[in-house]
Amino acid sequence: MELDFFLQQLITGLSNGMIIALIAIGYTMVYGIIELINFAHGDLFMLGSFLALTILGALGIDAWTGGSTWFGVLLLLFCSAVFCAGLNWTIERVAYRPLRASGKLSLLVSAIGASFILVNLGLFWGGLPMEVFAGGVAAAAPKDFPPLVPNTNLLGEDSLVQVTPKDLLVVGVTLPLMVGLTWIVTRTRLGKAMRATAQNPIAARLMGIDTDRVIGATFLLGGALGGFASVIYALYNNTISFQMGYRAGMDAFTAAVLGGIGSMPGAVAGALVIGLVRAMSDGYLETRWTNTIVFGILVLILIFRPSGLLGSRAKEKV
Amino acid sequence: MTTLSTIVAACVSLVIAASSSAQNGTIKIVSSLPRTGSANAQTGTIVNGIKMAIAEVGGKIDGYEIAYEDWDDASPQRGNWDPTVEAQNANKAVTDATIVGYIGTFNSGAAKISMPELNRAGLVMISPANTYSGLTKPGLGEANEPAIYRPSGKISYFRVVPTDDLQGAVAAEFVAASGAKRVFVLHDRELYGKGIAEVFERRAKELGMDVVAVEGIDTKAANYKSLAQKVKFSKSDAAFFGGTTQTNAGQVAKDLRSAGFAGMLVVPDGCCEEAFIQAAGAKNLEGNTFVTFGGLPPAQLTGRGAQFRDGYRKMYNADPEAYAVYGYECGRVLLDAIRRAATKDRAGVLQAVAQTKDFDGALGTWSFDANGDTTNRVMSINAVKDGKFVFVKRAGDTAVEGAGKVSAGGSVAPADAQAR
Repeated sequence: MELDFFLQQLITGLSNGMIIALIAIGYTMVYGIIELINFAHGDLFMLGSFLALTILGALGIDAWTGGSTWFGVLLLLFCSAVFCAGLNWTIERVAYRPLRASGKLSLLVSAIGASFILVNLGLFWGGLPMEVFAGGVAAAAPKDFPPLVPNTNLLGEDSLVQVTPKDLLVVGVTLPLMVGLTWIVTRTRLGKAMRATAQNPIAARLMGIDTDRVIGATFLLGGALGGFASVIYALYNNTISFQMGYRAGMDAFTAAVLGGIGSMPGAVAGALVIGLVRAMSDGYLETRWTNTIVFGILVLILIFRPSGLLGSRAKEKV
Repeated sequence: MTTLSTIVAACVSLVIAASSSAQNGTIKIVSSLPRTGSANAQTGTIVNGIKMAIAEVGGKIDGYEIAYEDWDDASPQRGNWDPTVEAQNANKAVTDATIVGYIGTFNSGAAKISMPELNRAGLVMISPANTYSGLTKPGLGEANEPAIYRPSGKISYFRVVPTDDLQGAVAAEFVAASGAKRVFVLHDRELYGKGIAEVFERRAKELGMDVVAVEGIDTKAANYKSLAQKVKFSKSDAAFFGGTTQTNAGQVAKDLRSAGFAGMLVVPDGCCEEAFIQAAGAKNLEGNTFVTFGGLPPAQLTGRGAQFRDGYRKMYNADPEAYAVYGYECGRVLLDAIRRAATKDRAGVLQAVAQTKDFDGALGTWSFDANGDTTNRVMSINAVKDGKFVFVKRAGDTAVEGAGKVSAGGSVAPADAQAR
């Protein structure tokens, strides 16, 4: 019984942590390359899930069975990833690139502005007269996301511990994405150019690297991960709301800082720590202490390891 | 033909408007309700109810034109009522001398902000939806409540809904009657949600149930899966969540069910709106989930209430939400007071509202008591079926006022209640 409970919280914590990780990578990649905390990232993620729900609504789908479930999930993942990647790239082009020379603070303010625009876009989107948005009468109300991935217990209905296809979905999408991303960053020409730009943009340009293109590519990749995360989040939690970007972004940003901002494995480690700490605190202490504990740990780690869990470079940051 | 009649109608109404405004002037009433955010589906029908009440008297009383303004106390940033906006509304109302009545608020937390302000100005405030007991009843909230809301020493705040001390107790009695022995209590840590959860807890203990835990949730969390597992593993027969759709009741219900918790789930009237079903997903509420409400759902109204429901459908071509009838009731009781008022100013109207007695309301005959509360005790328990609220039973007619009251000797309340 006690062990069952522990295992259950472990599973919940890992699943939640992995979703945070996907968003956190988007933050940390952008920070690593242009040292900007991209506040619009969480809201970009929110719009990805609205797109997914709109697609479901337009196709009139509210439940899938068998093999078509996985096909449908892939379709949503693809659409949201392309959408978020494109949007993130556009935001960089319109709101960040013209300001890149004018100091970090202008960039930061621009990012906050972009975030407001996206949130209000989400509010407007939720008010569209569609069945999935309940006719659009309550634009701000949380929207129910259809349970496309079943919640059946793979360990049998009698087992107290639940492992569901939802948990498998989270792990099954997140792990390959992380492996793929690591491969891109460490093994490809683009990855090499990204690392060079992150280390020293001027030197990279002198070496013939088109840094504008590399930065654009980074936003594309980060945005795509946000898009994947938005679909996974929606399928896992089954609720989306125009305000969810703020909390998701906050958790992811905390994870990125905890792991060492700018470091990709660090962001993943930070996110898993946050997911697990949340689950254990909710499970063994009281829910109201959870935020205190998460941020308490953050403070402690930053006191004793200012560069975060896996951060190595100690550069002057915003 | 149609254009001609429109022109004639327009001319006639112009003449009426001109003649009436020339007579005695304009009396203004306002409402302050969250019109941005998910509560809007509910508050929209409250506003419709108020408009209906005004339309019934032809928009005029004793030669005075009744002007009505619909104010929003929510902000897009919060998607919910906002303390700053509610404070601005209260200020705006106080400084406009033509305003003689303030209908609002929807949220008890918002009422806390405007009550003292309006009280100082002697402007009557009538709420269609505040249920937190401490706003009016001594001994049920904090030690300084409700005196802190009445700086002038006079009572200027009234409400037409039964309070949480009645509703929380009704919920606990309903759970006990189902045979549940162990109950897990959750709340949103807000004034209303925490208040009603505490009433529930005390009444549940009095009824001999084992309250496993009382926990406040993080209302912005992405999910409550860990907490839901804790509820399931606690082997509770039932769970109560004190909160509203805006404080994530939908996600709580959803996660409890997906964690495999099959026990009874009871939520209070803050969830008695379509938005809750949308947020939770109709399937998750099917069966063992119940919503208490301080009144009767529109379909169960009789007499004057039934007239309201049918009139509403005719006028707006839609069904009223649960609280619409209270918007209507607020409007009617205020207009009735304006009619009776000796002087048609703030002081006169306030006095007339306070004297409301044996009012022929939509929920039966009631009066305002010395605290400014309605004597109406009608409540209902509702379930969800096929994505719609369905009426289960009527309750509360016999509810004891101040259930679980923190009495001086602690004879009713358990010892730990003193700590509040």
